[in-house]
Amino acid sequence: MLGRIAVLLGLLLFSLPAAAVTVEKVTSASGIEAWLVRDHSNPIIAMEVAFRGGAAHDPAAKSGLAGMMAALLDEGAGPHDSQAFQQILEDKVISLGFNAGRDSFAGHLKTLSENKDTAFDLFRLALSQPRFDKEPVERIRGQLLAGLMRESQDPNAQASRRFFEVAFAGHAYARSPRGTLESVKAIQVADLRALAKAQLIRDRLVVGVVGDISPEELARRLDAVFGALPASGPLGVIPDVDAAPPAGLAVIPKDNPQTLALFGLPGLRRNDPDWYAAYVVNYVLGGGGFSSRLTEEVREKRGLAYSVTSYLMPFAHSGLIVGSVATENSRFPESVRLIKEEFRRMQGEGPSEKELADAKTYLNGSFPLSQDSTAAIAGLLVQMQVDKLGIDFLDRRAAMISAVSLEDARRAARRLLDPDALSFVAVGKPAQ
Amino acid sequence: MSPIRSCALFLGALLAAVPAWAGVFDPATFTLSNGMQVVVISNRRVPIVSHMVWYKVGAADENPGKSGIAHLLEHLMFKGTPAIPPGEFSKIVARNGGRDNAFTSSDYTGYYQNVAADKLELVMRMEADRMTNLVLGEADFRTERDVVLEERRSRTDNNPAALLGEQMEAALYLNSPYRRPIIGWPDEIAALTLYDALAFYRRWYAPNNAILVVAGDVTAETVRPLAEKYYGGIPRADTPPRARTEEPPHRAERRVTLKDGRVAQPSWSRLYLAPSLGGGARELAYPLEVLADLVGGGATSRLYRSLVVDKGAAAAASAAYDPVAVGQTTFRVAAVPRPGVPLDKLETLIEQELARILKDGFTAEEIERAKARLRASAAYGRDSLHTGAQTLGQALASGVSVEEVESWPERIEAVTPEQVAKAAAALFKPASSVTGLLLPDPAAVPPPGRAAPPPPGRPTKGVH
Repeated sequence: MLGRIAVLLGLLLFSLPAAAVTVEKVTSASGIEAWLVRDHSNPIIAMEVAFRGGAAHDPAAKSGLAGMMAALLDEGAGPHDSQAFQQILEDKVISLGFNAGRDSFAGHLKTLSENKDTAFDLFRLALSQPRFDKEPVERIRGQLLAGLMRESQDPNAQASRRFFEVAFAGHAYARSPRGTLESVKAIQVADLRALAKAQLIRDRLVVGVVGDISPEELARRLDAVFGALPASGPLGVIPDVDAAPPAGLAVIPKDNPQTLALFGLPGLRRNDPDWYAAYVVNYVLGGGGFSSRLTEEVREKRGLAYSVTSYLMPFAHSGLIVGSVATENSRFPESVRLIKEEFRRMQGEGPSEKELADAKTYLNGSFPLSQDSTAAIAGLLVQMQVDKLGIDFLDRRAAMISAVSLEDARRAARRLLDPDALSFVAVGKPAQ
Repeated sequence: MSPIRSCALFLGALLAAVPAWAGVFDPATFTLSNGMQVVVISNRRVPIVSHMVWYKVGAADENPGKSGIAHLLEHLMFKGTPAIPPGEFSKIVARNGGRDNAFTSSDYTGYYQNVAADKLELVMRMEADRMTNLVLGEADFRTERDVVLEERRSRTDNNPAALLGEQMEAALYLNSPYRRPIIGWPDEIAALTLYDALAFYRRWYAPNNAILVVAGDVTAETVRPLAEKYYGGIPRADTPPRARTEEPPHRAERRVTLKDGRVAQPSWSRLYLAPSLGGGARELAYPLEVLADLVGGGATSRLYRSLVVDKGAAAAASAAYDPVAVGQTTFRVAAVPRPGVPLDKLETLIEQELARILKDGFTAEEIERAKARLRASAAYGRDSLHTGAQTLGQALASGVSVEEVESWPERIEAVTPEQVAKAAAALFKPASSVTGLLLPDPAAVPPPGRAAPPPPGRPTKGVH
């Protein structure tokens, strides 16, 4: 299936209508907290969790460790070896898995109500009694290595890896959460066991649950699932860092007919006072799909790209504004010129009053559209907790977006969108 | 969204709703006097709707020499009418807090808007308007054709695996229009004209060749008057029947090898010509769904267990089959070797496993488990507003009825071990297959700096 737009919009993390749901705080007997949205319209329960920490804490020589652990927690735990564990998941159609980001280690669970006892118990086992048997360890290592090989064929992944290397040189964020061929080969079972003990700690846990479950039952389940984990433990320090992607164009030569580029600038952390102003400005600049200036100039007027987009990328200790474009090699320099020009124009003038109003209408009006599934809402509940947005965030979000004034937007644009600082990492054979 | 034939969505994986209630999605359906089918799926959880129009036309309906016109027209449908200026369609949707997009497959073309429930009338008016009132200018046409050529470079030409996939389909299908890539061959895209686009539009875009699907916070009672108001007045057209050349007997197994200097990770895949619900021995379609699950549907499937877990030869192994298509379709088997395992060894192991399946079949218990899994997976479909709209739209646009979709769990339940064995025997014939090998090109000189990115901290070459 071919779509008209590969990436419709940039980072639209939050999409939930304030009016449609009620978020409840549930606290278990032992003090474990979860945010819950009850929804009994289907016999389904979705749980998303995150442990602060994550791949940024991987040792440099073993980068990819958190990701490898994530891939192994559902490959055998407690009394079940890998195949037995997977067989239960398949027979009960339970979706269970883990994922390591730079700043957090995430898990998800989705089950039919009739299988909830099994589902929560498997989640407990995966977190508290992972086996790390030799066969799955080597199998998953092989998959990760194959994934890294494939990644080296993918211009987007190549550019992204290089962009982080140069934007965060000397900092943990420079390393890919997926590691390297060498670092993944260096990971030992003892490393995995040690990380599971160090990472899966209750005082770093946030939980979001949506679906067919009562607060009372959830409170009991929280103790049952997470009660066996250590209550607290030390966490390494990741220093705050100003992203410093070098200005100009770096080229990774590749024999492709089209040059793909990531471009970016230092951005904002999620708690920056200018967050919403920047969010609105980015929508107008490159986040708004066919409503964005970049799409208008690069795609609609000139046919230079199928997709051109920009988005805010916040981290716990830094932030980026990142965009991407892909243009046939000989015309690529024109895309670069136009992107710089649009950054320059936005930095100089900010959005127009009409653009600002349209952006707010969209960002508020489209908020409910991604509330498409229990898992999506549960993920939102987790993100709200990770970002410390408050349990009433859904009721306040629209007002925060509406409050962005033209002056706020201009200030954020001036602060952030320096066209001469733009850093491009291109993969291909671009014309000079 | 990936450019694979007949859509990345598999009926089995997507189907929703437990058999606890009568059907799967429980849609309301009716037909307007001009022949336009309407499907309404109520889901009141959130005050939003998904409004979709599916046309029963896709890349397989293109005339020879005009590959890519179905997809290019899909892009051009955003270029305006007398009422909506060029480029404004999506902006109007966004200004009303909505999102819109469109997609093209071999058998269908779809357009959708996701909006707050109170904006349904607005998007319906706009969608109905462009069903007959499209206006195209030469400049917009040329620019959009350039966009599509860039899209092709992004999806296919920059991606050796996608290039191989395209070659494999062209090699598998001897006569079916599915042999053409949906996005089109590059030289043919570049030669498409404004006239081609308008001719295709006038030939195929009509209410009697379209399906309206509305899912979300609506009922048939609220949708019907709106549908009659905006779509009902559009005159029926003399749309031609979908003439599809079908496959002659396949007599020779095919192999396609792509060696490309850009490849770092080799892979192996095979397409078998397979019946669908629309083409060939349709009675095999449901047994083939069960077979795909057993052969390569997950971590306990035969191929995964044998190649990936037991023998440690593959990093990944899978099978995929989507029964929803107008003509005969494909059953895909694929594997990625672990480092150091050559593709011929991997292929031998896969052949052994397929031969074992043909010889010994599956136990009754294996089949019951697979069936139970598939049926239970349907229970998740109602969790998402879009699943029912996608599944029913795809089915109807491909000639599969609502009743067939709604009875999917029972049809899976009715599959017998004998039917699975018969489907496997009919399917796994070397003569009706193509095997594709994706390999690095040892002769290619890697461009400098390509293989190893510099370690963190070192300045990148070429920064200026």
